[in-house]
Amino acid sequence: MIPQPSEFSIAIWKRFTRHRGAIIGMVIISLIILLCIFAFLSPFNPEKSSLAEKLLPPSPAHLLGTDALGRDLLTRILYGGRISLTVGGIAVAISLLIGVPIGALAGYYGGKIDSILMRITDAFLSLPSFLVLILLAAILREVELPIFQRNSVLTISLVIGALSWMTFARLVRAAFLTLREMDYVSASRALGASDRRIMLGHILPNGIGVVIVEATLQLGYAIIQEAGLSFLNFGIQQPTPSWGNLIYAAQSHFTKYPWLAIFPGIAIFLTIVSVNYIGDGLRDAFDPYKVMEKVGEWT
Amino acid sequence: MTAYIFRRLLQTVGLLFFLSVILFGLVNAAPGGPITAYAGRRPRPEKIAQLKRQFGLDQPLPTQYLYWLIGNDWTTIDSNGDGIKDSAGLRKGVLRGDFGFSYRTRKPVLEEIQSRLPNTVYLMSVTMLVALLIAIPLGVYSAVKQYSSFDFFATTFSFAGQAIPEFWLGLIFIIVFYAWLKNPWTGEPLLPSGGISSLGSEFSLSDRLAHLILPVVTGMLGWIAWYSRFIRSSLLEILPLNYLRSARARGLTERTVVLKHALSNALIPIVTLIALDLPYIFTGAVLTETVFAWPGMGRLYYQAAIDRDYPLLLAVLIIGAAFIILCNLIADILYAYLDPRVRYE
Repeated sequence: MIPQPSEFSIAIWKRFTRHRGAIIGMVIISLIILLCIFAFLSPFNPEKSSLAEKLLPPSPAHLLGTDALGRDLLTRILYGGRISLTVGGIAVAISLLIGVPIGALAGYYGGKIDSILMRITDAFLSLPSFLVLILLAAILREVELPIFQRNSVLTISLVIGALSWMTFARLVRAAFLTLREMDYVSASRALGASDRRIMLGHILPNGIGVVIVEATLQLGYAIIQEAGLSFLNFGIQQPTPSWGNLIYAAQSHFTKYPWLAIFPGIAIFLTIVSVNYIGDGLRDAFDPYKVMEKVGEWT
Repeated sequence: MTAYIFRRLLQTVGLLFFLSVILFGLVNAAPGGPITAYAGRRPRPEKIAQLKRQFGLDQPLPTQYLYWLIGNDWTTIDSNGDGIKDSAGLRKGVLRGDFGFSYRTRKPVLEEIQSRLPNTVYLMSVTMLVALLIAIPLGVYSAVKQYSSFDFFATTFSFAGQAIPEFWLGLIFIIVFYAWLKNPWTGEPLLPSGGISSLGSEFSLSDRLAHLILPVVTGMLGWIAWYSRFIRSSLLEILPLNYLRSARARGLTERTVVLKHALSNALIPIVTLIALDLPYIFTGAVLTETVFAWPGMGRLYYQAAIDRDYPLLLAVLIIGAAFIILCNLIADILYAYLDPRVRYE
């Protein structure tokens, strides 16, 4: 029996709100997103330098200090957050767009299609992913492409997404393998539903829990990958700020002006911790056995 | 089992071949490469054409791949780039252990790797070992005292440990232990900010250790978080099982039950997890090595990416992928060996 979508979502939401860490994570991430959206309210320009005010320590005028070109660090972190969070979001969307169809087709049809698609997945899984990420970023820096311009948000997201869809493919495949044998699927097939309809309308909604949990965790992963890539100067380029390249830029004189390195890192850390806690809460919410575990006999 | 291993090894060969074709195509599709490195900023077209012939880049891509794979010593090449094939090739090909020459240093790629590999193995194995020595007790205690304040602290720590960007943590450590804290006797920085040993000084154990501390601590936090969480959940799955209840009923102390009977089974998935993480000992940690100027594989690769030193990049990627595939196989075999319920056909 499948519960009504509304009842089902309410049950999930109720279980989710019982997870303290996930709620705190939700609050923090909402604050970060709101601050980034309203970054334009800042009196300072994120890219225009004012050398008279360079390298000022944190003060009431510049809450987190200024950088080597006299730009307000807090403003740059907020604008950088827009970039980093966008890269994370697009990267996860891209890996969903690749991974979910591959997993669905492999799990639903099985046989030859399954073994070919899973071999491709295995091939991607056996690559040292961060090294390939650097290679792709280095290559795409050299090529003129129509939509994917050099070091643009879209290009970096594409590279990260194209190397992290494999977990989605595996999870969706596993869900489809079990769900396709269910009676309700045979019933809708007997009623003449097309494969497409069965996959999208009947199986996918029931396997969506694992996908949502994984997507949350991947969001954190993508943000940390972007930061690492930009820290190596292979990601988003100055003067556009991103959390990673702010730390890269801070490197040249960070022992004398430590705030330049410390604050962008705290922004990354808070975001990732919150996202991971939300993912953990979602996992508990989607997993009916987890609720039982807490009343288990062994303490 | 032998048949299974044999089949998996065959698949490995196929997979590596497939990966090498794709990576080779990818790397060679990119502009730049040795031409920009050698021809200067504004090269004349004739100069570019000559260099291309010298490096064999005028050949069609499949031929280039063939030369890379099996060498070109069986055919004649244009060694000075004047358009005439004059001498036999010198390359032996990857299959005979020749990964070509680095564009930047003109030394054999394998020589470059060999000079850096020991440093990375040294750093990564110490890091992983220390991480495990901390993570196992942490995970066990946290599972036994589930929902205690210790467990809460350890779980929170593990969430935090997985969320800290290691390169940032490295910088913070340098700020604290190099810039701020001073050695009270000499007045010098408490710990060095980078490198594997002090330049120009004699080998000394204390100097080596001082250089090791910050990179190891930076790298290990993520590993501790990852392993301790895994050990905790692995043990939590086992602790309620009946065989442990009967062990307790027979009067064994809780300590024996957990450390002897439960842990030996809980560690099975950990052992395979460690096997899966072993490739990092080869590829190293690019970010940690960059922050601490550690002369290892990660930085070698990073530098090669900056210089577009494609033979070197390709070699590290292929060897890295081979390591990953082999370690996957080892993990599967170990799993079947340690857990008699697992059988492969």
